Amino acid sequence: MTFASARAETITKAAAVRGRSLWEDARRRLMRNRAAVTGMIVLGLLVVAAVVGPWLSPFTYDEVNKSDVWLPPLQGGHLMGSDALGRDLLTRLLVGLRVSLAIGFVATFVSLVIGVAWGAVAGYVGGKLDEVMMRFVDVLYSLPFIFFVILLMVTFGSNIILIFVAIGAVEWLTMSRIVRGQTLTLKNKEFVEAARAAGLNRGAIIFRHIVPNLLGPVVVYVTLTIPAVILAESFLSFLGLGVQPPMASLGALIAGGASDMELAPWLLIFPSLVMVMTLMSFNFIGDGLRDAIDPKDR
Amino acid sequence: MLQYIGRRLLVAIPTLFLVITAAFFMMRAAPGSPFDMDRKLSPEIEANVLAQYGMDKPLGQQYVDYLAGVVQGDLGPSLKYRDKTVLDIVKENYPVSLRLGFFAIAIASVIGVSLGVMAALRQNRMTDNVVMTIAILGVCIPTFVTAPLLVLGIASKLGWLPTAGWNDGALPNMVLPVVVLALPQIAIISRLTRAGMIEVLHSNYIRTARAKGLPEWLIVRKHALRAAILPLVSYLGPACAGLITGSLVVEKIFNLPGLGKFFVISALQRDYTVVMGMVIFYAGLILLLNLIADLLYAVLDPRVRLA
Repeated sequence: MTFASARAETITKAAAVRGRSLWEDARRRLMRNRAAVTGMIVLGLLVVAAVVGPWLSPFTYDEVNKSDVWLPPLQGGHLMGSDALGRDLLTRLLVGLRVSLAIGFVATFVSLVIGVAWGAVAGYVGGKLDEVMMRFVDVLYSLPFIFFVILLMVTFGSNIILIFVAIGAVEWLTMSRIVRGQTLTLKNKEFVEAARAAGLNRGAIIFRHIVPNLLGPVVVYVTLTIPAVILAESFLSFLGLGVQPPMASLGALIAGGASDMELAPWLLIFPSLVMVMTLMSFNFIGDGLRDAIDPKDR
Repeated sequence: MLQYIGRRLLVAIPTLFLVITAAFFMMRAAPGSPFDMDRKLSPEIEANVLAQYGMDKPLGQQYVDYLAGVVQGDLGPSLKYRDKTVLDIVKENYPVSLRLGFFAIAIASVIGVSLGVMAALRQNRMTDNVVMTIAILGVCIPTFVTAPLLVLGIASKLGWLPTAGWNDGALPNMVLPVVVLALPQIAIISRLTRAGMIEVLHSNYIRTARAKGLPEWLIVRKHALRAAILPLVSYLGPACAGLITGSLVVEKIFNLPGLGKFFVISALQRDYTVVMGMVIFYAGLILLLNLIADLLYAVLDPRVRLA
């Protein structure tokens, strides 16, 4: 076993030195895409700011300060001003970004796990099982999902874990369709046949051989799912069903800013800008990845 | 064709059944009841109220009763708006949402298709890049950002349009809500059109048309466009779902008397019957639109066979 894996490693290393692998090719194409690179840089900065920023700030996101109510930007040490309770907007924005990004990543991961498992099994096993599983997806597709997410939040009260699960449970449908389609084309390839001839069982073939080869389209779809999830969460927060105060998320901040916009437009404008920047970065990266991995779609 | 429609309608029944069941039990699992008031009702009165709505029976019995009602087209009375049935609420408020949604999708189709065609004809050039940037912005800027910003700018500061309210559907009151609803749809439709157009322009029959010496505008309008906008037909269902979601936000921000406004309020107030009725109504609507989209697709594209 160790011998085999050691050999496999030398083989891949040798291949990487000699020619350009598929992934190397894709990476080069991605790096030439100006929009995607810009997206990666902006997103990187946003992530760093969201993770580190709140610690560096002299304020906390829930610190009420009666003397600093509704300060415009750059006054009283508040770079982006303060809100109706005198809380520092910049700090709240960074914390909100952190929450939104976390929800984006975690819920997407949930949808990724369900979607890949569902689609790969349906596609590989095929036949009756495939039909039943995909019909189930069709049925779920035709539901007014947002209503069920809202019902879930109302029923069980809004807590962050539930937001992850609810949104993840909605977003896996498209993923499972993509994965199933890919699996159908992969399962008749020679390397799968070789694995079958070598006596591997179905589970091993699906998760060791099929799933790793699905990576391309899945990665693309993941980068496009994250912004969709962030959008869904902020939609819930806007309706008052998402993250609860004093906790912040981008959507919650925008909702708060929208109600005070006549008095304090900065409370709406800064969170909106950050939201748009975040979503655009993800979309640019996703589009860039798609062009890089699957150039025929351009 | 008829057989196909019949089969699709048959499949719709278990789907709706699933929707009703899930919504019913989720709603009932929620803590609180529609009769919670600031002042606590005396036990006798509460028992009377519950009995009046049949809510003193076991939950399973209530579920069966409710299903029986739905089959007969009776969605029950609202528990909060005392003198109205759920059907009354739908009838009174749906026209507002429908009107907004219809105008939004009509405007989005015209603008989106035009932008998409322009971008495809000048692929990878200036026009294309501008249109695609607009499209990405449209997808990335959520309705609850565009709506307040437009209200702040155009309505509050410039005073050109009313900030909110319905005013019986007067044109100035409709402009901003429709624009806000249409923007994300314009973005998606233009992307779909561009992709379809680029693919079609590379096909053989377009080359044939060019070889015949047809003028370019005729090729685009008569030959390419028809095939390129086919994918839009299957976008009809998702578009409708998107508009419904959007209407929840837009009707709240502009304070419009549409149906979307009721859903969140009713869910929070535990108005069981109104919430259920709206879920059923919208699920049925989406199922119907998906069916229409598939039928239209088959009519427009002779290569598609309904099976």
